[in-house]
Amino acid sequence: MFGYYLDLAVHSLKRNKVLTGLMVLAIAMGIGASMTTLTVLHVLSGDPLPGRSGSLYTPQIDPLDLNNYAPGVEPPDQLSWIDGNYLLKAKRATRQALMTEGMVPLQPAQPSIDPFHAVALYTTADFFPMFGVPFQYGNGWGNADDDAKARVVVISAKLNDKLFGGKNSVGKELRLQEKAFRIIGVLGDWHPQPHFYQLYMGSYADDEDIFVPFFTSRDLHMEHDGSTDCWGNSGGDPNNLEHVNCTWLQFWVQLDTPQAVAAYKSFLVNYSQEQHDNGRFARSPNVRLRNVMQWLDYQQVVPSDTRLQAWLAISFLVVCLVNTVGLMLAKFMRRAGELSVRRALGASQRALFGQLLMESGIVGCVGGVAGLLLALLGLWLVRQQPADYAKIAHMDASMLVVTFALSICASLLAGLLPAWRACRVTPALQLKAN
Amino acid sequence: MEIRPIVASLKKHRIPAVLIVLEIALACAVLCNAVFMVHQCIASVNSSNAIDEAGMSVITVGGIDASQAPAAIVRDLAAFHSIAGVKAAAAVDRVPLDHDVWLGSYSATPTEAGWINSSIYFLGDGGERAMGLRLLQGRYFTPEEYAGGAVGADGKSTSHVVIINESDAKRLWPGQNALGKQLYSDETVWTVIGVVADVLAQAPDFSGGTGKYSSVFFPLRPDVELGRYVLRSSPADRDRVLAQAMRALGTLEPGAVLEGHAYVDMRSAYFADVRGMAWMLTLVCAVMLAVTALGIVGLTSFWVGQRRRQIGIRRAVGATHAQILRYFQTENFLLSTAGVLLGVVLAVAANLYLVRHYEVGHLPWSYLASSVLALWVLGQVAVLGPALRAAAVPPVVATRSV
Repeated sequence: MFGYYLDLAVHSLKRNKVLTGLMVLAIAMGIGASMTTLTVLHVLSGDPLPGRSGSLYTPQIDPLDLNNYAPGVEPPDQLSWIDGNYLLKAKRATRQALMTEGMVPLQPAQPSIDPFHAVALYTTADFFPMFGVPFQYGNGWGNADDDAKARVVVISAKLNDKLFGGKNSVGKELRLQEKAFRIIGVLGDWHPQPHFYQLYMGSYADDEDIFVPFFTSRDLHMEHDGSTDCWGNSGGDPNNLEHVNCTWLQFWVQLDTPQAVAAYKSFLVNYSQEQHDNGRFARSPNVRLRNVMQWLDYQQVVPSDTRLQAWLAISFLVVCLVNTVGLMLAKFMRRAGELSVRRALGASQRALFGQLLMESGIVGCVGGVAGLLLALLGLWLVRQQPADYAKIAHMDASMLVVTFALSICASLLAGLLPAWRACRVTPALQLKAN
Repeated sequence: MEIRPIVASLKKHRIPAVLIVLEIALACAVLCNAVFMVHQCIASVNSSNAIDEAGMSVITVGGIDASQAPAAIVRDLAAFHSIAGVKAAAAVDRVPLDHDVWLGSYSATPTEAGWINSSIYFLGDGGERAMGLRLLQGRYFTPEEYAGGAVGADGKSTSHVVIINESDAKRLWPGQNALGKQLYSDETVWTVIGVVADVLAQAPDFSGGTGKYSSVFFPLRPDVELGRYVLRSSPADRDRVLAQAMRALGTLEPGAVLEGHAYVDMRSAYFADVRGMAWMLTLVCAVMLAVTALGIVGLTSFWVGQRRRQIGIRRAVGATHAQILRYFQTENFLLSTAGVLLGVVLAVAANLYLVRHYEVGHLPWSYLASSVLALWVLGQVAVLGPALRAAAVPPVVATRSV
């Protein structure tokens, strides 16, 4: 039965090539455009650390004054020096790391390479085990190095390739800001996207080249880049960030069970209450504890341009579908005579309906393949764009399946109304008219 | 042209009629919004900027120790001045459209909670000449003011003078002369000594609509904060001057991290995303109009095919070619009109949604009007082929059974 319907459909589609071509083209364009933007959206809203992200949380507490205060207002995104240090030293979570980012002048030993700015993450020891950062050579530093403000550095695989040709560089010296650091680790493949723990240098920016112990960076006055939000009459003097009313630090904790999450949240509330009672916090306790995906959602990391493009592409798909409905209607209704002959010879309405839908299904399949090619072309075009997220725009298996499903559903949907209209022909009238 | 028979006939073919109306409505809604967004993109790419963009080169310097920086700046600037073709050179902390941004909030009274993100520019001696600012009122900083300027522990200028943008002068003191007025940031105060033509913000998207042309300029003595050298030359000399300056810096400051660009390239890179967006929107509009036109052609041809006999009968009882042609054109005009009316409603609704959730402005009426016009024309062009074919139906068809 299926084979026979398929045969009929192919035969009928071949009869009017222009109309068939137009339908396939309309579906393919709609699918191509919407799948391009949906794939970008899908890639950009992906989970940066699958399997791990559910138990990683970032606390927010509210040390601001009463300016612009309203109940329910969101606390700042970052922590101040005092609060960040307190939470780090309290060690109430399984693991915790304090961090911020900066650009560090790197003076290579090789005269062939000019000095350049390396993107640095200043962080504490738990960063590596907590985020499951893979190492190619060596490993991260320990709490003792943090306390000792040790001059050690972990470098990315990319930087290792650039400076040491990819060979094991552990133990070698690296000059940062004219000071000597010892390399203790080289990272493996580590590209969390979005760059969830540090969104201030761009949500899909390149990863850091170097990782320096946080307290060492403050000791050497390494430059802090990114957002510094101050309140009261406090300016963001970069050399005095320990003593000003500014938030500029990120803090992440690992909490493995719901009980641990609840306990940590009440710890944050208690701390805020205590600070409020002491007069340091003007606001009553106002805390948030978001995990990775909640945080990315709250920060709206997916660029609004991308969401806008997705809306546009979906409206475009709807325009294409309405057109396809029109073209199919034209095609099916034109064959009223043929269909009534079949009805008169005993085909049921259901059988006709099935045959007509088979035609739309084939249009959908072919349109899907063409749409996939267009989407691949579209993604290639996106990758040529200069935006920082552009280069991660690639089709994956799940989006491939979605493309086909969407295309076949869309064309069946488009075929539904025309097929229903066409198979309701009254054979006697039609045959008499002819 | 009698409209009633057309309406009567449309009522008998409801589904194709509704489909054409829907096609046109959707196309109209998307077209209005997309064209408007393209226009906004182009407007932001072409934002005016009252500095000498074509003649400016910018060299970013990093990795010089704070204690060494003042001496280095004096030394480097002296070297730049000896390069042939350099009209002016100075150290500044940031340039418009910088990737590193410093914003602050300024107001005309100490208590006012002004929430506009103004871009803060610290200029080294001669910065106004190197950037090519255009003074409209007052004066520039004196050498004494440059030598006395510093950045305080609170991140604010310790100088007592400030130069502001024309837009800010109008916004803060409407109808008054801004010269000599006091500019506040919390409790700190500066006196306005000059007003310059509007210089673009460091991050126009981030600063919001008013912040786009809200800039304040402070004098600063040679200091580590001044991390950019600006060289001004004639556009023809620019690339050579930049290359020579980079070579000179390479020998003078061997440990420093240097990055040199012509300002026009920095500007072009800054707006590359926006340009990409504009191209994409244009492409979608073009393809969508083509698809809509093909859809109209397809449906109308089918329709004409279905009504061959009726057309034949009309011809047999005396209708002319032109009357048949006009019948189909009028029919399409009626459908298009219904479509664009619905489309305008959809377009406004979509625009209201976009205004709420994205950085998109309100749709001006002119866009609606031109989209309506465009779709009317599109409909008439698309229907022409099928209508001509219909007009060519010979009267004899009426007497034949197909």
